[in-house]
Amino acid sequence: METRNLVKRFGSFVANDRLNLQIGKGEIHAILGENGAGKSTLMNMLSGLLTPDEGEIIYKGRPVRFGSPREAMESGIGMVHQHFMLIPALTVAENVILGMKQGSGPWYRHTKACEDIKRISHSFGLDVDPEKRVSELSVGQQQRVEIVKTLYRGAEFIIMDEPTAVLTPPEVEDLFRVLRSLKAQGKTIVFISHKLKEVEAICDRVTVLRAGQLAASSAMTDSNAAELARVMVGRDIAPPAARPPLEGRAELLSVSGLSCRLSGVQVLQDLSLDLREGEILGIAGVDGNGQRELCEALMGLSAGQVSGSIRVRGEPVAKPHPRAMTEAGVGYIPEDRHREGLMLPMSIGENLIAKEYRKPTFSRWFTLSRKRIRQAAKAAVEDYRIKTPSIDHAVSKLSGGNQQKVILARELMLRPKVLLAMQPTRGMDVGAADDVHQRLLAERKDGCGILLVSTELEEVFALADRIAVMYKGRIVHTVDRAEADMELIGLRMAGL
Amino acid sequence: MEAEMWVSYAAAAIRLSVPLMIAGLAILFMSRSGILNIGMEGMMLIGSLSGVLGAYYTGNVWGGVLTAMAVCGVVGLMFGFLVITTGADQVIIGTAMNLLGLGLTTVFGRSLLGMGTEAVQVDSIPVIRIPLLADIPWIGPALFEQNTLTYMALLLVPAVSLLLYRTQWGLQVRAVGENPLATDTLGVKVHRIRYMCCIIGGMLAGVAGSALSLGILNQFTENMVAGRGFIALSAVIFGRWTPTGTMMASLLFGGADALQLRFQNIAIPYQFMLMFPYVLTMAALAWFSGKAKQPAATGLSYKSAADRHA
Repeated sequence: METRNLVKRFGSFVANDRLNLQIGKGEIHAILGENGAGKSTLMNMLSGLLTPDEGEIIYKGRPVRFGSPREAMESGIGMVHQHFMLIPALTVAENVILGMKQGSGPWYRHTKACEDIKRISHSFGLDVDPEKRVSELSVGQQQRVEIVKTLYRGAEFIIMDEPTAVLTPPEVEDLFRVLRSLKAQGKTIVFISHKLKEVEAICDRVTVLRAGQLAASSAMTDSNAAELARVMVGRDIAPPAARPPLEGRAELLSVSGLSCRLSGVQVLQDLSLDLREGEILGIAGVDGNGQRELCEALMGLSAGQVSGSIRVRGEPVAKPHPRAMTEAGVGYIPEDRHREGLMLPMSIGENLIAKEYRKPTFSRWFTLSRKRIRQAAKAAVEDYRIKTPSIDHAVSKLSGGNQQKVILARELMLRPKVLLAMQPTRGMDVGAADDVHQRLLAERKDGCGILLVSTELEEVFALADRIAVMYKGRIVHTVDRAEADMELIGLRMAGL
Repeated sequence: MEAEMWVSYAAAAIRLSVPLMIAGLAILFMSRSGILNIGMEGMMLIGSLSGVLGAYYTGNVWGGVLTAMAVCGVVGLMFGFLVITTGADQVIIGTAMNLLGLGLTTVFGRSLLGMGTEAVQVDSIPVIRIPLLADIPWIGPALFEQNTLTYMALLLVPAVSLLLYRTQWGLQVRAVGENPLATDTLGVKVHRIRYMCCIIGGMLAGVAGSALSLGILNQFTENMVAGRGFIALSAVIFGRWTPTGTMMASLLFGGADALQLRFQNIAIPYQFMLMFPYVLTMAALAWFSGKAKQPAATGLSYKSAADRHA
């Protein structure tokens, strides 16, 4: 596979600028780049979802032009999207068969489909039950279904868009095993990512994109993670510097005996924690051990029965409610930015003022000041390096990392005393994650107390002053970062 | 005596549920492909009138049914063009369809068929007694002494089930209704599937309308559908978007309609009895709609990935 001078524009925005790249058969080729660097656009062209404006794609020595994903698929190019293209209400078998001719006649042959799927599963080590509904599967299993889907269609060339973004560490290991087995059987894999460690672990060659242009392309053996990071971001990424320890600062948030029952399950059990001025308390733990419920209980968003006491700056909060907590100085970065964090069809400015629209800064009588809202949006875009074609764009058009920056800008605009940050860099690239980290550290310096919930242990270690481990709705281990042992924390996270 | 009453009640219930059942299957088809059709009321009215007109001009009741199918197939195509190609809001187009249906059928009904007692009457769909089966006590006369359309409706239910759940095309329809983008990336032509479902839905709406005007009555009267399009929509929801469920719900609502007819002459003011089917519909919806799950893409228009970026 080769591309020559590939160009794609969206309006006046050049998403891909004269890209030349070569991908050899049977290799695992990484495409690295920050959010908005043009990785997805490039892949959508290779897989037929978009057509290039200029340049050509050469596949197996012949120029090709795909008008639709089906045409690309017929040539043996399959794509596993970041947001899975699966239909939850249908079974695995139905998802795999969908759109394919299955022998002659109009009938859908369930037994045959299941057999075919099992055969593919076995030969590539992709364990999956074809009879199950997709909605019953874990994220890792769903991804396997996606891979089986491309293989069923005879894919030789598989493009995977950020395949590890949604996986837990053991699932990533599993995926890598599958990728190696695919490679061993002669399949070519394009692996889009911004996680350098993973690229280093699995890929043979790497191509780096920056702002729509080719920044570097080399064999993995000739490169290393630090160098790739520099090429990708265009500047050096320094690890967060050591910070002075804290002493005798005022208590901002104090929680004791917090319990929560949600649809018959005890999701939080007698949980206590406290957070002081200028402190980052990192909550480590495997996803789904009550972290989300903790933040929701604190913000008054929990659907379950909550008991226990919460004090913000010494004041007891009888019944937490999002607006009361906001007014008490608690900021909140929710876990799911699409569902809870943003109103996707609305503009950056409108999202920015979502917590402040009532204030005289933005509204007088009952009209909103468009001018001031746009000013705020403009300031945030510059301040937080939000990449957007214009400040009036809907946030749905921004990439994930830039959407997260909008949320961060909104929460920090309120100058919170306490910030609940859930997975603040999930799915973000190195540069954008670093921007967020620097912001959080700056807030800490200003005396803000931050509750940082992250499933990435490295992030917790890099930022937190103290680390608490959550397991099955309890805090099972609390330790100062200086004395923390990563191995021990890993064991506590697993409940040992 | 009591047995006779039961049998005639059951027969009426089945007869009255036929338009609901066919209309329900029409809505089901469209809904499974992700198209919400709240314009069934209007489509059925057009079907009722064109059925009578067709029967009148061809002199054959089946000519009427076929005319209704053809006319409503075109109406379905038009509905499809508006909601699929232009991407107009499905609720608004559906509402417009109801108003259009009522307006058109009133105007053409009056001008072509006359008004009041002089209204044109046509033959109704013949009742066929199936030998042997009709001799079964109780069930026989209720189920096997019906008009042809009733048998067709009852056979249509398993046929639609087979189509939706056992064919590749049916799989595509269900997938389009759940996640058109995913289906598109697999090379299925989303718009084509939806157009097909709209046309099938329209044609079935024509049959449902003529089941009223040719099956139950033998003439067209203004606004004769009287909310049955909406009741059919409820039957689909109540039946959880499955053909069999839709049939059962239609039988229930048809049964309520028959009950209402039966008890109009007792002490309760008849207006209350008239309300009964509608009250039952609302109660059923309130009770069950929380538990049912509609196809995920219902009511959403779809543009392909390439169109969206442009």
